[in-house]
Amino acid sequence: MRLKFNLKTIGLALVALVACAASYLIAADHIDAPAITGTGSDITDVYAFQSPANANNMVFVVNVQGLLAPAATSAASFDEEVMIEINIDNSSTKDHVEDLVIQAMFDNGKFKVYGPEAPAQTGLTSTLSKSTPVEASITAYGSNPSIGESNGIKVFAGPRDDPFFFDLNQFKAIIGGTATSFNNPGTDAFAGTNVLSLVVEVPKSMLGSGSVNIWATSNREM
Amino acid sequence: MAACLGTVLTFSACDDDDNDMPITITYEQEDQMARPAINTVFVSTGEKDMFNTTVPAQQGPAFATKFKDKLVALNPGYTTNLLGLDATTFTSVLATDVLTASLTAPTTFYDGTNVLTGRKLDDDVITVELILLFGGPDAMSNPGLTDDHVDANDKSFLTSFPYLASPH
Repeated sequence: MRLKFNLKTIGLALVALVACAASYLIAADHIDAPAITGTGSDITDVYAFQSPANANNMVFVVNVQGLLAPAATSAASFDEEVMIEINIDNSSTKDHVEDLVIQAMFDNGKFKVYGPEAPAQTGLTSTLSKSTPVEASITAYGSNPSIGESNGIKVFAGPRDDPFFFDLNQFKAIIGGTATSFNNPGTDAFAGTNVLSLVVEVPKSMLGSGSVNIWATSNREM
Repeated sequence: MAACLGTVLTFSACDDDDNDMPITITYEQEDQMARPAINTVFVSTGEKDMFNTTVPAQQGPAFATKFKDKLVALNPGYTTNLLGLDATTFTSVLATDVLTASLTAPTTFYDGTNVLTGRKLDDDVITVELILLFGGPDAMSNPGLTDDHVDANDKSFLTSFPYLASPH
């Protein structure tokens, strides 16, 4: 009994180790956070663009858990102890302090999106909003998108194709001194891989005027 | 840190009429990102977690000089770039890692006219950054380093919400 348990533990540890090593080898762009690499709070990319479907809306995308192989995607899930926050500085001086936040939390197959609204506090510690969220089911791998909509806000959370493209391995070879230039054509290191995506579309009128500065954070429940 | 720990759980006044969220849930920041690949390229291995837990308003003072050193190490011949920014100015902009999103102009990382007004899914952000790092004032320097020749995603994006392509 004890031996079986130990073997299983070792096996799991080996799997974890191989997975870790693989992500380190492949994913330099997605390993900018050594303490949390590959976890539900490891942000891989952030996007902000005018909605292709409605010029009055802005779309925010925050991706986590990069370089998911298709075979690993079904089992991947958002961390229920991690809250993803989109920070928005809409001050006239652009002081790089968040005036508004959009918060997303994940719980039991569903997710809730709060805001945009003024945060209870700014900085490295956040508290979850108590306002009424827009919510939906987290879309399962292989299912049609489950979309939540309320007050002109649309929300989605679930696995998607990683939209990022880059010949990362050649870049690393150049930086490492084993190559002197990129290849033509290059090789997209992110082709065929998935991420877990949070997509939030909000009316621009909720964000401010002119322009805003944004950044995304992942935050672990204390 | 001690001040943060003190606020783990604070109970708000109970309301007799409903059960709305009686407790305050508190979180501590772990990761942070705005412009693509900034931390990856400019922050040394030992400081990546620190960069992720430094608020943007303090990133400039803490990291601008280090970013400049990194830029000069990557491109010893750097003078200015396509935006006309010298090394000190360019890296001081980059060290404060926020992404500007225009609410009026087209949103793009760079489309030949608009610069850093957002980030679209199909923006070739890496090539833009390579040009700014290695291309010199006219984007003509170091031609082998200014384009990774991966110009688009491997799947087409959607025209309707949620815009990202279905997973592989």
